[in-house]
Amino acid sequence: MRFMMWLIPGAGEGESPGNVPDADGVAAMAQYDQALWRAGVLLALDGLCPPSTGARVFFADGGPALVEGPRSGTRGAPAGYWMIDVASLDEAIAWALRCPAAAGEAIELQRVQEFADLAADVQQALTQGIDRQADGVDRNALCRRPVAVP
Amino acid sequence: MRCMVIVKASSDSEAGVMPSEQLLTAMGHYNEELVKAGIMLAGEGLQPSSKGVRVKFSGRARTVTDGPFAETKELIAGFWLWQVKSMQEAIEWLKRAPFDDDAEVEIRQVFEAEDFGAEFTPELREQEERLRAQIAAKS
Amino acid sequence: MSVTDTHRTIDAVWRIESARLIAGLVRMLRDVGLAEELAQDALVVALEQWPQTGVPDNPGAWLMTTAKHRAIDRLRRSKLLERKHEQLMHELEHEREYARSADEAALDDPFGDDLLRLIFTACHPLLSMEARVALTLRLLGGLTTEEIARAFLVPEPTIAQRIVRAKRSLAKAAVAYEVPRGDEIAARLSSVLGVVYLIFNEGYSATAGDDWMRPALCEDALRLGRVLAGLMPREPEVHGLVALMELQASRSRARVDARGEPILLLEQDRALWDRLLIRRGLAALKRARELGGALGPYALQAAIAACHARALTSEETDWPGIAALYATLARVAPSPIVELNRAVAVGMAGGAAAGLELADALLDEPSLQRYHLLPAVRGDLLARLGRIDEARREFERAAGLAMNRRERELMRKRARACGESAPPE
Repeated sequence: MRFMMWLIPGAGEGESPGNVPDADGVAAMAQYDQALWRAGVLLALDGLCPPSTGARVFFADGGPALVEGPRSGTRGAPAGYWMIDVASLDEAIAWALRCPAAAGEAIELQRVQEFADLAADVQQALTQGIDRQADGVDRNALCRRPVAVP
Repeated sequence: MRCMVIVKASSDSEAGVMPSEQLLTAMGHYNEELVKAGIMLAGEGLQPSSKGVRVKFSGRARTVTDGPFAETKELIAGFWLWQVKSMQEAIEWLKRAPFDDDAEVEIRQVFEAEDFGAEFTPELREQEERLRAQIAAKS
Repeated sequence: MSVTDTHRTIDAVWRIESARLIAGLVRMLRDVGLAEELAQDALVVALEQWPQTGVPDNPGAWLMTTAKHRAIDRLRRSKLLERKHEQLMHELEHEREYARSADEAALDDPFGDDLLRLIFTACHPLLSMEARVALTLRLLGGLTTEEIARAFLVPEPTIAQRIVRAKRSLAKAAVAYEVPRGDEIAARLSSVLGVVYLIFNEGYSATAGDDWMRPALCEDALRLGRVLAGLMPREPEVHGLVALMELQASRSRARVDARGEPILLLEQDRALWDRLLIRRGLAALKRARELGGALGPYALQAAIAACHARALTSEETDWPGIAALYATLARVAPSPIVELNRAVAVGMAGGAAAGLELADALLDEPSLQRYHLLPAVRGDLLARLGRIDEARREFERAAGLAMNRRERELMRKRARACGESAPPE
């Protein structure tokens, strides 16, 4: 089962440290990343630049997309993520508990929606009209999965 | 540069309501266009927070709380990872997404090694010093 | 939106749209030079108008329509080729809205033929390799002449000339603007893959302090490779090349130390290897295998890279697997470098003596006479066999041939280690 682990500063209890980690914190996190990888559960990980370097796009019914500057403040915004592949939610929780996250941080665990778990008609709608070659290539096998739209 | 394109949750997504067939088909085509353009690295839908869990860190204590969680605006329904030349290119691609109702999508840049600065060089700098000293002693 | 913002947006739109725009024009006009000029004309108009009118909802369609209008103007003025004029008028009169959906796009360009045609044309074997690279980056990568010049450390006028001459050669030879078929395809595809991989390697060889356009070449090449994989999903070597590039790119954060000097693969911090790119590379390799048939040279190299990627530490490397793959590669695409790599792998898998035998067979190889890694490899194998004096001489020889300071220091260090009863530190 795949899970996203979002690292969210300021969503825990107490004061959140600044955005830039210190040398010890970095070393501890590097060891954690290594442990995930050695256990064979790590699929991907990235750190995210602060929201101030980003952008937001709003979609409203019928109208064109509206581009806005980055959000102000970092409350609730993830600072990074891991994607892991484990046997159960309990195992994912166990990994999250081992994370050397700092006081004031939280890890949000979210199950990744697998294409195969979607209802048949949803699967059909997502792949309709996409030109499949006669060789029957499973598009999903190439690490591309349709996004379930909100 | 790599960027993460984060689709925010809505009350519908949190309630597990599936989008219309039309929108799903349009989204399927859109994803295919991203793949064909060679910029799509990954794209996933995520289950609502009711199926998720939050782990809070506070000193040495950890609290595990089951979802759902209240602040819908901060929750995430799905994401993409794209390889693009600039934020502007990411924005242009995102503008073409077929979201048809109130949707908020945030683009975040991914850290590349150069961003980390001083934290990553103390050990290496020390090693370099030692090697230089060795060489100086031998020559 | 400020003018600067609009310009940045236009840059991004150009990057997204220019290849398809030029490809469509090439189909209509059968002339690469003219197609590019008209595309550039359309860009100029966009730069003039969009700051006032705003960026159109469908920028691709806008650019295509504008380019076609320019084409009509030109043809009218030059009074050339009535047939082309008529064809364009026809196209314009029956202009279809630029498709947002794949269904509609399929009607215009059912198999992505336009883009594929352009790729094969830009990589045509009658052009020199340098010309193919420049033309590909310009027409398909959307890079400016200046950007290409910076990426290849060459003056801008040189690149401009290269592109002009390339277009002239294509026109003069009256190359058929078609996607090659049948017998032709293997050789033509090989040329395309060679161009893409050359671009990747140019980027991969960039060192810290270089213009950032240089390492960005890896991204350009990867993007082109992925586009090609989408256009030719049944070609195993396309997937093989993409796999190889994804896997090599996965190591970029680990390849270079704080001073910007390269770190050998076996000494890299594997925690810095990008897991997402590794997964993508392994998936592309799987795709190549599933298409059946013997693995080609790119897929074989990717399979070797995959062996490294799967090993959590260098000690856990599947050396017998790598040795076997190099043996196959030596049959399929023999070269002294492949043989040398095979010697290393055999040395790790089957013992130093076996490896040394293979390395010794290369001593007379002319192309390796000034190549520092041959004595380096021999030195390593000799040291493992206890032949210390010979090993030291080989490392000293390697130091003399080394390409950069760090490698020279590394070789000298190893030579010194041979000269002492206990190794330093």
